[in-house]
Amino acid sequence: MRKEMNTQEILQRHGKGADELLGLLHELQDAHERHYLPPESLGAAAEHMGLPASEVYGVASFYTMFSLKPRGRYIVRVCQSPPCHLLGSTDVSRELVKELGVQLGETTADGMFTLEMSSCLGVCGVAPAMMINDEVYGNLTVARIGEIIDEKRSAT
Amino acid sequence: MSIYRTHILVPIDEGTVQAGVFEVKRTLEREIRERGLEGEVRVLETGTVGIVGKGVLLAVYPDRIYYSGMRPSDVALLVEEHLLKGRVPSSLKHAPLDLQDGAKVLHRTGLTLPQKRVVLDKAWKVAPDDMREVLASGGYAGLERIVADRMTPEAVIDEVKKSGLRGRGGAGFPTGLKWELTRNSPGGRKYIICNADEGEPGTFKDRLILEGDPHRIVEAMTIAGYAMGATKGYVYIRGEYALSIERMQKAIDQAREYGLLGPDVLEHGFAFDLEIKKGAGAYICGDETALLESLEGKRGNPRIKPPYPVAHGLWQEPTSVNNVETLANVPGIIARGAGWFRTMGTEKSSGTKVFTILGHVEHPGLVEVEMGTPLRELVFSYGGGVSGGRKFKAALLGGASGVFLPEGLLDVRMDFESLKENKAVLGSGAVLVMDEDASIVDMLFSILKFFAHESCGRCAPCRIGTRQLLNLAWKLRRGKGRETDLDTMLRLAELMCGTALCPLGQSVIMPVRSAIEYFRGEFEACVKKTTEEARV
Repeated sequence: MRKEMNTQEILQRHGKGADELLGLLHELQDAHERHYLPPESLGAAAEHMGLPASEVYGVASFYTMFSLKPRGRYIVRVCQSPPCHLLGSTDVSRELVKELGVQLGETTADGMFTLEMSSCLGVCGVAPAMMINDEVYGNLTVARIGEIIDEKRSAT
Repeated sequence: MSIYRTHILVPIDEGTVQAGVFEVKRTLEREIRERGLEGEVRVLETGTVGIVGKGVLLAVYPDRIYYSGMRPSDVALLVEEHLLKGRVPSSLKHAPLDLQDGAKVLHRTGLTLPQKRVVLDKAWKVAPDDMREVLASGGYAGLERIVADRMTPEAVIDEVKKSGLRGRGGAGFPTGLKWELTRNSPGGRKYIICNADEGEPGTFKDRLILEGDPHRIVEAMTIAGYAMGATKGYVYIRGEYALSIERMQKAIDQAREYGLLGPDVLEHGFAFDLEIKKGAGAYICGDETALLESLEGKRGNPRIKPPYPVAHGLWQEPTSVNNVETLANVPGIIARGAGWFRTMGTEKSSGTKVFTILGHVEHPGLVEVEMGTPLRELVFSYGGGVSGGRKFKAALLGGASGVFLPEGLLDVRMDFESLKENKAVLGSGAVLVMDEDASIVDMLFSILKFFAHESCGRCAPCRIGTRQLLNLAWKLRRGKGRETDLDTMLRLAELMCGTALCPLGQSVIMPVRSAIEYFRGEFEACVKKTTEEARV
């Protein structure tokens, strides 16, 4: 019930012009406890904007920051850009896969972590890097991965 | 203007955040409070100094000293010795700070090299959210000149044209001409758009400009709006750049408060306002027509050109899309004149350029230097040389859609013409250095993986081509390639260059051709390994 209210509130903050769509989807996704856009959110956005549901789906599925699958509490985005690749992001990704026990694009069974890849996070000065939600972790080494993930695990 | 005797500037960027800058700042503020110095010493957050990997930095004004590698445990000593007793504690790492050139970096070679800071001039000196400081340090001086000298829109465009300013996003199109074309296109509404969808791997200059000096972009876009007859501007910022978005929004709000944006800018009878649009993660949206689609709330598929955005842009109205760094040059050009701007750089590439130096170098970070600075100087002087004393193998210039340059081309000058002569591009200004142990085959594979992921899929040459190239590179990297694969890759990339819809697919040839041309031996070794293994 509370979530329903929330969606309505978000919709009301946005005009009906098509240029509002990306911002609206961002907010709907941020408000969802599983950090994703379920069909209901897409449908609500489509109805609000007066757009076909298929068009909203097309937009949501185009951009990598939007997810159409439920995600974990922590979204781990490991950068695989050429600068990060040069400084060892392949080993970092492999360690993350091992540590979390999921492949890229998957969520851990306890709903805690989602592992994603990013084409470039734009923090190349501290490559190799990853982001956990809004926080940047740079100058990563394989040894630090376990530490960082443990810290997040125990924070809950 | 202020009654504080000392200011301590705390530069915030990903390097200092990693090193724990916020804890140092908290400790510093607590220490200052406990010592009763609150009324005398002010602590301010600024943008980047440009040095990454030197830990937490603190700059003390007006003493012009900066400390590096600061830990929370060092703070008490700094407060006790420097702030109370007025002497610099020798046990802390420190260096003099140059007001003009920024923090000079002392290199292994013993050289200190000054930068030429124009667009990053204020990024680390002034708190970006302190409007009075921004104004006191020369912010909005360009806009003031327009009002004071009663410059006409044509005169503004003329000044920008005379300066020779060219687009810093990669293509190098003359900015004044773009504005003129937009101004002269028939249309009811016109738009100025700041392209801050910085996604080129190895590039983070625009983020640091926005974080360090957002008011410079507000001023530049207002000037552009006046020049072109646009009343509305959009800043399209990458969704991942949370701090850029936050600081830019604050700057826009402050500018409105001060009457620098709104229905009557500086009471000069000109209306202009800005709005931020947040991207959602798509490299392709760095292309101006894809960006326009995305702004309109659609999938970021590039449009077929012509018509160009200057005639049919946002909602089919005349639109000028300019890169962050390009715009950041505009206030200086208007305030100080085109002649001043032309004293920097080369004849056809005037001004400065911000470079991000990364990879296997001693001092990764960003520097702003004059156009035409040799690549060797960037790598070996500003970048401090190849890390660990190893040998230089190659530099990838301009990100994924850039070129590999071998040691033999280290003396190339970094400007539009010199690079073009060497079949290279300035691109976004990323300089990724690779040492002797790096594998070019592996790096090309990484680049092709990037393209295959970021191709928007609209046109077949790019959608299929990037995938085919990736498969071939994958085979080579795994030692399963054939001799004919190299030529196939070149042919495919050339075909894409001629047939793909937008610069993404068209530029894949750049890394592919340069990697194979300059480092063919490495690729052939992969093939040779395959044939020998096959025989066994």
